[in-house]
Amino acid sequence: MSRAVEETNRRMLRARDAMDRDYARPLDIPMLARIAYVSEAHFIRTFRATFGETPHRYLQRRRVERAMFLLRETDRSVSEICLDVGFTSLGTFSRTFSEIVGESPTTYRWRAADLRAVPACFAKAWTRPSSFGEARAGSGK
Amino acid sequence: MLKKMTHSQVYVLDQDEALDFYVGKLGFEVNTDADLGFMRWLTVNLPGQPDRELLLEKPGPPAHDDATAERVRELVTKGAMGMAGIFVVDDIHGTYEDLRAKGVEFTEEPTERDYGTDCGLRDPFGNHIRIGQPK
Repeated sequence: MSRAVEETNRRMLRARDAMDRDYARPLDIPMLARIAYVSEAHFIRTFRATFGETPHRYLQRRRVERAMFLLRETDRSVSEICLDVGFTSLGTFSRTFSEIVGESPTTYRWRAADLRAVPACFAKAWTRPSSFGEARAGSGK
Repeated sequence: MLKKMTHSQVYVLDQDEALDFYVGKLGFEVNTDADLGFMRWLTVNLPGQPDRELLLEKPGPPAHDDATAERVRELVTKGAMGMAGIFVVDDIHGTYEDLRAKGVEFTEEPTERDYGTDCGLRDPFGNHIRIGQPK
């Protein structure tokens, strides 16, 4: 019984490692299910039970994480980065990025670059979360 | 004041299979393989570094009850038990090719970073291992 669970976990981990490693390549569920030696439907269900999210979402988060890195550290365009990290459509990339990060790739880059451009003491002072919101919420009582 | 780090531990699901991997593939030497009755105390070290041992421990009774041992085994196979170690080589690309030819499962190809070039792999049970060539 437990051996079967271990074997399954190990296969799911192998598929997850493939996503971490080969995120830039055109990975899809049939390919990943083959790595895990299970059917597609079984793969999606079992992966989710093992790691708490669907393989699709895991791959999206891995790609977005890489995109955040490239937006921060390189001058490549958003469209180039979209392809670099394995997305094939700019629309899907932007939508997925915004959904996961809470802002668009361009806004994220602008904010990250902006932080690097100013002396640290200014960044510290100006990016400190504002207390106006709290004050308003407080005075509204 | 703590003086030196001599032992660290990694959970393995089968100690013989662990030897095949850590000694047979990664090139460790057996340091101590002692049947203590209640456990098999099995440590390995890298050639030239006999005072730095890695304990290859098998989870199970009486240290763990069956259910706990089973959870540990599940976490190991999910890759959730952390890292067995970070190791240094002189030729990262040569090592990568050599280990790949031996069937070692890599999670990351040699990648250049600020601190050098490193790659990631797994032992047969799911433990994460890193090998690097510092700058």
